[in-house]
Amino acid sequence: MSKNNDEYLIIRNNNKYEVIIGLEVHAQVLSESKLFSTSSTKFGSEPNTQVSLVDAAFPGMLPVINEHCIKQAVKTGIGLKATINKRSIFDRKNYFYADLPQGYQISQYKNPIVGEGSVVLDMPNGEKNIGIERLHLEQDAGKSIHDIDPQNTLVDLNRSGVALMEIVSKPDLRSLDEVNAYIKKLRSIMRYLGTCDGNMQEGSLRADVNVSVRKKGDKKLGTRCEIKNVNSIKFMQMAIDFEANRQVDVIEEGGSIDQETRLFDTKKNETRSMRSKEDAHDYRYFPDPDLLPLELNDNYIDQIKKDIPELPDEKKKRFIEKFKLSPYEANILVSDIEISKYFEEVSKNSDVKLATNWITGELFALLNEKNIEITESPISSKNLSKLINLIKDGTISGKIAKSVFEIMRDGDKDPISIVEEKGLKQQSDPKELENLINKVITENPKNVEAYKSGKDKLFGFFVGQVMKNSNGKANPKLVNEILKKKLS
Amino acid sequence: MTIDLKTVKHISKLSRISIDDNKAKKLGKDLNSIFSFIEKLNELDTKNTEPLTSIAETTLKLRKDEIKSQNIREDILKNSPDKNKDFFVVPKVVE
Amino acid sequence: MSNITDLKLVELVDKIKKKELSSAEVTIAFIERSKKSKKLNTFISENYDNAIKKAKIFDQKPDFKKKLPGIPIAVKDLFCTKNIRTTAGSKILENFVPTYESTVTQNILDEGGIIIGKLNCDEFAMGSSNETSYFGNVQNPVSENLVPGGSSGGSSSALAAKLTPATIGTDTGGSIRQPASFTGTVGLKPTYGSCSRYGIVAFASSLDQAGPMTHDVKDCSLMLEIMSNYDTKDSTSVEFKRENYLNNLNENIKGKKIGIPKEYRVEGMPKEIDELWEKGIKIIKENGGEIIEISLPNTNYALPTYYIVAPAEASSNLARYDGVKYGFRSKGENLIDMYEKTRSEGFGDEVKRRIMIGTYVLSSGYYDAYYLKAQKVRRLIKNDFDEAYKKVDAILTPSTPSSAFKIGEKLNDPVSMYLNDIFTVPINLAGLPAISIPAGHDKKGYPLGLQVIGKAFDEQSILNIALALEKNISFKNNITDWWIK
Repeated sequence: MSKNNDEYLIIRNNNKYEVIIGLEVHAQVLSESKLFSTSSTKFGSEPNTQVSLVDAAFPGMLPVINEHCIKQAVKTGIGLKATINKRSIFDRKNYFYADLPQGYQISQYKNPIVGEGSVVLDMPNGEKNIGIERLHLEQDAGKSIHDIDPQNTLVDLNRSGVALMEIVSKPDLRSLDEVNAYIKKLRSIMRYLGTCDGNMQEGSLRADVNVSVRKKGDKKLGTRCEIKNVNSIKFMQMAIDFEANRQVDVIEEGGSIDQETRLFDTKKNETRSMRSKEDAHDYRYFPDPDLLPLELNDNYIDQIKKDIPELPDEKKKRFIEKFKLSPYEANILVSDIEISKYFEEVSKNSDVKLATNWITGELFALLNEKNIEITESPISSKNLSKLINLIKDGTISGKIAKSVFEIMRDGDKDPISIVEEKGLKQQSDPKELENLINKVITENPKNVEAYKSGKDKLFGFFVGQVMKNSNGKANPKLVNEILKKKLS
Repeated sequence: MTIDLKTVKHISKLSRISIDDNKAKKLGKDLNSIFSFIEKLNELDTKNTEPLTSIAETTLKLRKDEIKSQNIREDILKNSPDKNKDFFVVPKVVE
Repeated sequence: MSNITDLKLVELVDKIKKKELSSAEVTIAFIERSKKSKKLNTFISENYDNAIKKAKIFDQKPDFKKKLPGIPIAVKDLFCTKNIRTTAGSKILENFVPTYESTVTQNILDEGGIIIGKLNCDEFAMGSSNETSYFGNVQNPVSENLVPGGSSGGSSSALAAKLTPATIGTDTGGSIRQPASFTGTVGLKPTYGSCSRYGIVAFASSLDQAGPMTHDVKDCSLMLEIMSNYDTKDSTSVEFKRENYLNNLNENIKGKKIGIPKEYRVEGMPKEIDELWEKGIKIIKENGGEIIEISLPNTNYALPTYYIVAPAEASSNLARYDGVKYGFRSKGENLIDMYEKTRSEGFGDEVKRRIMIGTYVLSSGYYDAYYLKAQKVRRLIKNDFDEAYKKVDAILTPSTPSSAFKIGEKLNDPVSMYLNDIFTVPINLAGLPAISIPAGHDKKGYPLGLQVIGKAFDEQSILNIALALEKNISFKNNITDWWIK
């Protein structure tokens, strides 16, 4: 395998293979209640405590759709620059499984709510467009638990009926880095829109991964395999890498790829065929007769469009133009909506350049160290902007600011009070500084002599002494100026 | 068109209904007579006809995003043939 | 006491309101008669003790504003009833006790009705003779060993035998109207979307409708009024102005245009049915109605269409009966084995047959040829009615192509059994309302019915026309109590 800057190729016997990847991302819709029932979607509750008669598919129970979930899907569609279909149909996807109480999943098949769109990725060698095939709404299944009871499988239906958006990409992804960037971008857009929290640990974002390989230069796509239900970017990358190499091996040995569903075993780091799914693969989709076609009008869609917030791509553009940030800096600051909010709050009242540096530098280091999100930051945006203003107006030096920051991280103290309490204010009174300087000059006659006879480097020594005697509080700029005068 | 034994078995598999050979043969016979009667539809030209997916003369009603169902675990599990305090219990799934 | 059960629903309501009868007296009378009528096998579950208790409670604090003040009613066992076993006539639900109430039965309870038991029916309402029930055949009180029709066969039998003053059924392809016709009673299938489907064990969602079964048109109007409401728990429930059907009931049909579809004159139809139809036409004319010959050209395609659409929906609706959450479970070595055995042992032959048909017509490679085709033909059938209703207000046809047949007679020939629904099925496909009223007898003395089909949501018109017919026909159901020793 070789990884150039921009190419992900698998090489065997001098044959170069390109890897073609498409993702079907399942994103949990942010909503209070489920797609077709009024039970809660809250994560982590006791098993089977968020299950209504509808979710458990009791006889005679009927689905009634949640308007908010429709709105969320439309919003996401707009965020993906996609067509919103004014007429969409809910279909039943029929299969039997322990955690699928109805014996079918209500999904959308031929007429999804959202059609074609696209997502822009920022790759090191430039932007890349990834096509979106469609987005549709569907119900989540429950959970089968195989490892509590050795003889049996236990079923928890809390998730059963939670709304999911399935976002299907075109087979436009070509590398593991692109997969990483794509998932992060999708997640970012949905978090900006408030349509999905993107929490992969809680399963709010999962993907089925379609992988095929073809000899570089070939136009025709190879036969693809679908790897089901992968729940982290790292696992997606591992699964793709394994699967692509497996397919190349098969082809190089003269075999051919069977179109099939595979699962990724995270412990063994391999993909395996899911044979048991094969004979039940005929889903017998048909329009759900318990529901009517969903009709949306222009007015409804326009209303939602009006409420769409600034999305990462637009925000990035604005940051670059308005704040003169580098694309790199802008990318970091817009990658997550909470970071961008924090940044905008800090920079609203203080210097943009300093805000950028302090957030991407000290603050990120702190968050990393504590392994927390920016929303949990011990230092509020208000106090960080105060700290930056103290630097900017010369009240404290950058160096002092770092020690103030150290104090701030324990309990979000106001930097102005810290500076006052600890007496950290920069000494900028020329008289006082002159006294300090005079003292250093008087105490070091030999060095004064040496400096005057040409040892320029000793200037630093005098500055250092003054700073030391002031406990670091002396305004270095003024100290420099006065010293120069005194020593000339 | 005739439905052979293999097809009957395939459909029974899809329907998750086990069936022995005798029953399958009998069922195949029934299905064939029913389908020969259904084939009558082929007389009709429906090239330009839109399928009718719903007969209800109304549009899809939307519900507010509100939690109304409470925890009714006891009710939910009450009728289950095999359960414990918290879960439905089913025979091991073999992958 | 014995004549209490001879009273019709509206008469009973009247007598209770006038305090001539108490709820307990009425309830006990019907229960006593039911107890003597076990031979008919109408009840799957009895709720007698509880019902009597409720009747006594009602009598202590009677509310005469209710439309069914303390009236006992037995219902088809397809309606989920809270704390009363609900089986749908199937082994797979033999021990299922819902913790919830269907909207329609709730409406009956809210109006003071008291449920005395659950009535036999074809398994999952799939059948035309009540012979597919896991709980055994039902006898038609008209004559021994005669089927009561289906799928609401327990309902029609219990009503005709006066074990309940009125009852409710469900109609997917004729399951109310055909048994009504076979037992000399009145049965109405409302417009699709009129009665909520919430809590009714689903057979074919796009066709199923609940409706009343009664002794006469007046009772039918009262029951419909109670059953029908707009329900937000059913996405296919329709919001429209529901009439005060009983108050508005009016036999004046002067100027009404009644269509006679020529396609309903099928070959081999018994002469009596043709005569009955002519009798109906004559009554309409005599009462100032106008008879107009119409055409419903796709009538012959209704039955094949139905036998694709209904099984397709059923195959999916019945997937939830898998032995996991409720109902019967067979031991299996693993999950799939458990599913296959549970469903094989839990469902009867007709249900399995229809699940298979449905699975097949939806399966990959056949969807377009069958299911999609059927949906297109369904539109053509609906268009036929739309065309006809440009010219007429209602349509008059026979309810069934024959009278009731003997138990076992058609059991081995599914297609001939299906042909029973030839006059009722097109109405379900088009989602229209239709009522069957008893109109005469055949040579054997078995009842025959006439069907009045209306425009969507125009139940009032067909009730009015039916009332005019009823008054002029003066049908007498000559049922001897042969099953009571």
